[in-house]
Amino acid sequence: MQHGKYRFIVGFLVVPLVLYAVFVIWPFIQAIYYSFTDWTGLSPDFKMVGFDNYTRMLKDDIFWKSLQHSVLLVLLLPLVTLGLALFFAFMLNVGGRRRKNAAVSGVRGSSFYKIAYFFPQVLSIVIVALLFQFAFNPRSGMLNSALEGIGLGSIQPDWLGDPSLALVCVMSVLIWSTVGFFVVLFSAGMASIPKDFYEAALLDGASRVTTFFKITLPLLWDTVQSGWVYMGILALGVEAFTAVQVMTVGPGGPDYATTVLPLYVYQTAFRDGQAGYATTIGVGLLIITMAFAAIVMRLGRRERLEF
Amino acid sequence: MKATDTPPVVTVKEPAPVSKAPAPGDKEKSSEGKVLNVFSHGVLIIWAILVVMPLLWAIMASFKTDDSILSTPWALPDKLHFENWSRAWSQAHMSDYFLNTILVVGGSLIGTLLLGSMAAYVLARFDFPGNRFVYYMFIGGMSFPIILALVPLFFVMNNMGLLNTRHGLILVYIAYSLPFTVFFLTSFFRTLPSSVAEAAMLDGASHTRTFFQVMLPMAKPGLISVGIFNFLGQWNQYLLPTVLNTDPKYRVLSQGLVELANGQGYKGDWSGLFAGLVMAMLPVLAAYIIFQRQVVAGLTAGAVK
Repeated sequence: MQHGKYRFIVGFLVVPLVLYAVFVIWPFIQAIYYSFTDWTGLSPDFKMVGFDNYTRMLKDDIFWKSLQHSVLLVLLLPLVTLGLALFFAFMLNVGGRRRKNAAVSGVRGSSFYKIAYFFPQVLSIVIVALLFQFAFNPRSGMLNSALEGIGLGSIQPDWLGDPSLALVCVMSVLIWSTVGFFVVLFSAGMASIPKDFYEAALLDGASRVTTFFKITLPLLWDTVQSGWVYMGILALGVEAFTAVQVMTVGPGGPDYATTVLPLYVYQTAFRDGQAGYATTIGVGLLIITMAFAAIVMRLGRRERLEF
Repeated sequence: MKATDTPPVVTVKEPAPVSKAPAPGDKEKSSEGKVLNVFSHGVLIIWAILVVMPLLWAIMASFKTDDSILSTPWALPDKLHFENWSRAWSQAHMSDYFLNTILVVGGSLIGTLLLGSMAAYVLARFDFPGNRFVYYMFIGGMSFPIILALVPLFFVMNNMGLLNTRHGLILVYIAYSLPFTVFFLTSFFRTLPSSVAEAAMLDGASHTRTFFQVMLPMAKPGLISVGIFNFLGQWNQYLLPTVLNTDPKYRVLSQGLVELANGQGYKGDWSGLFAGLVMAMLPVLAAYIIFQRQVVAGLTAGAVK
């Protein structure tokens, strides 16, 4: 059995490890190094500048604006998305008419709802963003012409062009595309909760709202928590970047109204030719992502319920 | 809106109206159930409409003329303008984008599954110094923001002559898919019984042969789940190709669509854009409807554990 074991291990690990090291690990290490240089990314020359980039970042208005938007997304996106998903999943699993011998039951057609809700999840965020860019079009988009159609033609918001609305529009698109995923996920969790828990609670006269907060939510807490981390990373990462870059105009929306940290990293590196400074902002983004995950894990720690 | 907003339930429970006589002793609960049922159906239908409407609307728009998209956005097409589709397919290069995407995703998917399962198998079933270190190095990649690595990655690729090539993109896709793939498959290989592998070894099969002929076929359900996850992720990839693949010849679908949309801003070929969008949506829509159960299982598998 031992014969050739190490040769086999090395043989199987070497290709994946080399690929991973060259394209993932090495660039990450380099990024931290570059964040201390004045590298433009255009020429091979650069010198170490110590913490100059970091002090510059702390004085950079656009950095603070991006950070503010990213933090707003991290706080609001999970709250609204997970809240909606829990609500829908509870409706799907408990909202049904009572049948014989069952304390709670799902609504009719719940599998149809799950199929429909989940669909945006498989679509590319680019397609979703382009679709909604047109829906939000102020002149002939879906929304404003619908407003006109129901006699509210006087209200014609400029949606993505309005600095105070643009970020809300981007957020609603991200929510639209992710809620279904969590509905399915939470539904699966709720379906595995034993029915007698509900039966006992309802016999004791508990309302369904009470059963939700006293039974469903505590038993689902682990799933909710990993969903929270997932949504936060989404809000700080590629999805938010893509939605903002594709949907809003100019340098991160009108008057930087929708710019987010990953977008600012991208623009600083590839538009402004300041690769060194861009990686500094990237390190800032990394720290915030890690801090977010750590906080959620810590806040979310509860006694584990087994059933 | 949160789960606390369920006023109908609360208000109706108090007076407990007796209209028809349901099962004795159950009047209160039953009427609560009825109102709740109506309420939940209402809410659920509204969200279903919100989800389906934009998609139906895009399909409709792809068959209309530019004029009617702009002047009467909600009207049905006067006739099915298939020329939008052929225009998008050939003139707007959707066919090229499709081909590039299929080649890149096909190569990446095979590479990801092969290399991911090899690494995961070794990490799951063999004890050797550094096993934990390698494992956590792979897993760590899941929480890093890709965007941070992108600037140096651009230059790594540039130095290796991999910028603006399909195979370069394939290698990068594989590398960035490895963390989740290894994470998922490692726990999967741990659940497989070791007796079968041991029997094969006793019969004289080498480690390599045991892996390819015994373990890999047994891991099929896991490979399908993680394969679907990676397929969708790689098919929908936008950021990596945008930065690493700027040659118009090698554009993938997502890049092509953004290009089409930006270009159309000036030319105003809205119907062509919608035809392109729907075209890009169709394969995923079809795959989702046919393999609905596997897709859901594949995508949710990682989030639960």
